[in-house]
Amino acid sequence: MAIRFLLNGEAVEWDGPPTRTLLDWLREERGLTGTKEGCNEGDCGACTVMVTEEGGGAKPLNACILFMPQLHGRAVRTVEGIAGPGGQMHPVQEAMVALHGSQCGFCTPGFIVSMATAHLNGDTGHDDALAGNLCRCTGYAPIVRAAEAAASEPVPDWMRDAPGKAGLAPPYVPESADALAEWYVENPDGVLIAGATDVGLWVTKSLRDLPKVAFLNGCADLRGVTREGETLRIGAMTTMTEVLAGVRKAHPSYAELIRRYGSVQVRSAATIGGNIANGSPIGDNPPALIALGATLHLRRGAERREMPLEAFFLDYGKQDRQPGEFVEAVTLPAEAPSLRCYKLSKRFDQDISAVCGCFNVTVTDGVVAEARIAFGGMAGVPKRAAAVEAALVGQPWSEETVEAALPAFGEDFTPMSDMRASADYRLETARNMLTRYYHDLAGAPVSVLKVSA
Amino acid sequence: MSVAKPLPHDAAPLHVAGTARYVDDIPVPAGCLHLAFGMSPVAKGRVTSVDLDAVRAMPGVVAVLTAGDLPHANDVSPSAHDEPLLSDGTVHYLGQPVFVVAATSHLAARKAARAGTIDVAEETPILTVDEALAANSRFEGGPVVWTKGDPEAALEAAPHRLTGSVKIGGQEHFYLEGQAALALPQEGGDMVVHSSTQHPTEIQHKVAEAIGTPMNAVRVETRRMGGGFGGKESQGNALACACAVVASLTGKPVKMRYDRDDDMVITGKRHDFRIDYSVGYDSEGRLLAVDFTQYARCGWAQDLSLPVADRAMLHADNAYRLDAVRITSHRLKTNTQSATAYRGFGGPQGMVGIERVMDHVARVLGKDPAEVRRLNYYAEARAEGADASGGRFSAKVKGEPGKKLETGDLASRGAVEVESGPSGSRRYGGAYSPKPQGGNTTPYGMEVTDFILGDMTERLMETSGYAARRAAVAEWNEGNRLLKKGIAFSPVKFGISFTLSHLNQAGALVHVYQDGSIHLNHGGTEMGQGLNQKVAQVAASRFGVPLEWVKITATDTGKVPNTSATAASSGSDLNGMAAKAACDQIRDRMAECLAGLFQGKPSDVVFEGGEVRVGGEAMPFARAAQLAYENRVSLSATGYYRTPGLSWDRVKGAGTPFFYFAYGCAVTEVVIDTLTGENRILRADLLHDCGTSLNPALDIGQIEGGYVQGAGWLTTEELVWDDTGRLRTHAPSTYKIPACSDRPDVFNVALWDAPNRSETIYRSKAGGEPPFMLGISAWLALSDACAACGPGWPDLRAPATAEAVLAAVKRARG
Repeated sequence: MAIRFLLNGEAVEWDGPPTRTLLDWLREERGLTGTKEGCNEGDCGACTVMVTEEGGGAKPLNACILFMPQLHGRAVRTVEGIAGPGGQMHPVQEAMVALHGSQCGFCTPGFIVSMATAHLNGDTGHDDALAGNLCRCTGYAPIVRAAEAAASEPVPDWMRDAPGKAGLAPPYVPESADALAEWYVENPDGVLIAGATDVGLWVTKSLRDLPKVAFLNGCADLRGVTREGETLRIGAMTTMTEVLAGVRKAHPSYAELIRRYGSVQVRSAATIGGNIANGSPIGDNPPALIALGATLHLRRGAERREMPLEAFFLDYGKQDRQPGEFVEAVTLPAEAPSLRCYKLSKRFDQDISAVCGCFNVTVTDGVVAEARIAFGGMAGVPKRAAAVEAALVGQPWSEETVEAALPAFGEDFTPMSDMRASADYRLETARNMLTRYYHDLAGAPVSVLKVSA
Repeated sequence: MSVAKPLPHDAAPLHVAGTARYVDDIPVPAGCLHLAFGMSPVAKGRVTSVDLDAVRAMPGVVAVLTAGDLPHANDVSPSAHDEPLLSDGTVHYLGQPVFVVAATSHLAARKAARAGTIDVAEETPILTVDEALAANSRFEGGPVVWTKGDPEAALEAAPHRLTGSVKIGGQEHFYLEGQAALALPQEGGDMVVHSSTQHPTEIQHKVAEAIGTPMNAVRVETRRMGGGFGGKESQGNALACACAVVASLTGKPVKMRYDRDDDMVITGKRHDFRIDYSVGYDSEGRLLAVDFTQYARCGWAQDLSLPVADRAMLHADNAYRLDAVRITSHRLKTNTQSATAYRGFGGPQGMVGIERVMDHVARVLGKDPAEVRRLNYYAEARAEGADASGGRFSAKVKGEPGKKLETGDLASRGAVEVESGPSGSRRYGGAYSPKPQGGNTTPYGMEVTDFILGDMTERLMETSGYAARRAAVAEWNEGNRLLKKGIAFSPVKFGISFTLSHLNQAGALVHVYQDGSIHLNHGGTEMGQGLNQKVAQVAASRFGVPLEWVKITATDTGKVPNTSATAASSGSDLNGMAAKAACDQIRDRMAECLAGLFQGKPSDVVFEGGEVRVGGEAMPFARAAQLAYENRVSLSATGYYRTPGLSWDRVKGAGTPFFYFAYGCAVTEVVIDTLTGENRILRADLLHDCGTSLNPALDIGQIEGGYVQGAGWLTTEELVWDDTGRLRTHAPSTYKIPACSDRPDVFNVALWDAPNRSETIYRSKAGGEPPFMLGISAWLALSDACAACGPGWPDLRAPATAEAVLAAVKRARG
């Protein structure tokens, strides 16, 4: 059985090693060299392609860490397919030429695809739409001018792909959670691939062979954000782009954290289940979800169990997950007005957190009734600040209480030094985030992102 | 005329369509092999064994080579022959190529390269400035010292003094296209090489040595690079030589491109520096004496470090007249990647040193740093030329006398000049120095005759609303407890010319075909800066034809020989003039022919608007070309140009190394978070001098892009090595260049378009490097914001990451 998809409007059948990347296939087998390799890890966007799925719309994705089976039933448009069938330039292409948006030109095809996808989706938040495309020459200003100039132009009709029905997928692309559960019980040593934004690098950078894999992109029933009473349920295969949309209203601060999580290319591939299951101490979802008091839902075959999310993270690289067991969903309260999420990194966009601090303090009659505070980047796992919480609960919510709680951070955390930040800086800013949280709730300006000249 | 028009980049329609071709996009003949290096796992030691059996057993492997398998030269150095292609049995940095694998695919080669086992008897690596000083590990004997006036006496006499030190980080080029080369073997042992290089002639030279042929057996072609920024001046040699050697041994086409992580681990970066300073000044902030000590971490091989360190010294004055100054430069050899050319070539580091001094003096005096800067400016140029009293200088080289080295790659900026006098007998400076005099001269004795920053500053202060905004920032800071703003002004004066004077030459080749179409070739390379378009605009203007008639062809060592690197911002100055010379020869021959045919005078023949007019006749240019051909006139010419008036002694640090200076100035406003150190640029106003711009759109592109790249260098771009010498920031996941939202929210860029006072092509000025240094204003604005937190001296380091800013905030608070 083959993988079937549309490439620049034409039907393609493909069969081959499941960890073949779209980028290598485009360049080496199809001769479509417009799509460039800049970093081979999903950080520069030079390989951006547009992928459309039935009912899911069009998204930009990084072809360097996109495996061929992830395309099953979808439509791919490369830079070669952004111009019209007769070679007519797309409005973003015309604007990029006229407004000097390219210099060396190597990042340009990726920008063109990102811009054309945003243009198709009516997305005029150019800084976010282009956060995943690095340009070393222009300083971005002319590129944004081009995006602005093209925004009012109509969408060319060739940009709307309709992938249609693809037919049966190979067995390593199960098409439901049940099928996945069955496969995984039988193949507990297999590797599950959700969005491949992490596993992709095992292949492109660690050069690992993955002999046994299952791709989860066919499991539509693991995907989506649904409200069940006072709870939000987020399926494991929900992409971070979808999570962002799904929590924007309920949890604006969490949504702002996700806005800075990866880039639109990464968020459109990465899933919340993947971010939790890989157990990284620097994943940005767990601190927010732990602060929210989220519950994790696991499944093995027909068996299901649940636990508070923080209980899942046992130790560095070790999670409470049995062989053959997978993350099915996470549930969280639909309301948490005091939740604030602070992501600290060298660069605002598309950067891994040095420290990610999430705070959810409930104050009743001026006294701290409950405190849920969780951090990423401060320990071997995403971790609650239990001592800090204890120092706050039962105290009046005041600057003095905050001040008095600061030493407790030293009990909760012994962070490490690495290329992102020193241990001292991590501990100091974690403390300062509590101070920031206090002023934030009081309505004081605390974000440099909201200041203008 | 095409010149001065804001035309788009010539390849822009190809860029946006994805059809612009880079080395890795070139269709290769069947059987092409792909290479990957096996790299040293440690920073220093002696290789005791290399086990390659597992490598040979990997799928797709065709050949594995170590140094002993190389048939000819094992040398990819652009200077001192100290950089073997493959390790000579010793390793000097973590990542040094030890063996090379040839396999049937890029991925197969990468996988196989990791299967090798390299055993090394490890030695303690020298990684830091202090370790290098302690071990006296350096290039060029002792430190280089240039002196003007009597800084020691002036320091002693000054009413105020301060000392300080600033650490300045290096910078990864992060060209989006990694290093790449493709070698295609030809008949009779000849070789064609496609290389992503700023320096095709050097690639030709090194490849010829590697395969044991004269240079005439090697032809190098460079269509374009996906970014260079100095990182492709010498760093492409290894790939091209490896490809050519394997191609000559196997007879197969061979390609090599570095995966990004390999690229960052193997190749050199901008030199990081520490600069110590002692300053004497008066109560107004006038500098009376400055003593700089510059420590440059050069990495393991000499590469271009000597001229880079020279240029840092040459820009230690930036825009300021210093009458008593000493600049001491240590070129330290460390077991890290060999630091190399990067946009500005040491100039930015030197400039950061003096701008830090200005900031420090102003803070201590409680004055607006912009006013202290203006107070110390060189004298503004006058119409008749500036005060011509001439400068005094002295210099000395400490330590061992320079040892005599053979000359090698003459076209490299790292070329070693043979000493003319008896070896080791030359002494300069010290007691032999003349007494200081004033004069509008640089520390190296060059008179500054074209200084225009006084007027430019005046204009920018107005257009940016500096004074009012400075007051508004102070007021805003009063009302904000956690966030603080800062604002800063800084100028740039950058010297234009290669400091190795003989490199200031260029050639061009122009053909006019009988249909009137024009084939243009020149020795410069296109890396995004729009050089080809600028030179084509010159050619179209000389022939008076529309630009579309000029075909810009790939740089090719078979068309224009003995080229210099496209570097030092020199591309359009040199190649524009060479192309003009070629075009004018052909035009003059056509004019003479047509004047004869139509009873006119050659000097009255007009080439304009796509027509040629002569003796009352007007004809399309194509008809004129056809007539010239039929009358047996040569329609092909080479053009040649060399920059006049240069004389420079780099050992003395004396002379006229530059044809002219390019100027610019900037005002940047920032905001910082005093809890985390997070920071952003809110607004930047730039005014930059491109003379009479050949193409204002391309020049503005260089200015905007240069500013953001310069600001990136001084803010988020942090290179981190661990204590074993392993580079920990070797991918964009850990090394953060500016992203889209990091550009200033408000970004005003203007050209100062007075004609160049020097006779350059259409009186334009070079614009590749100078605007990079406008980014220094962002770093100074961050320092200003930190200073708003308390009375202390923030002592901000570079790069000013959030962590560095928070540390500076705490120092300011005391």
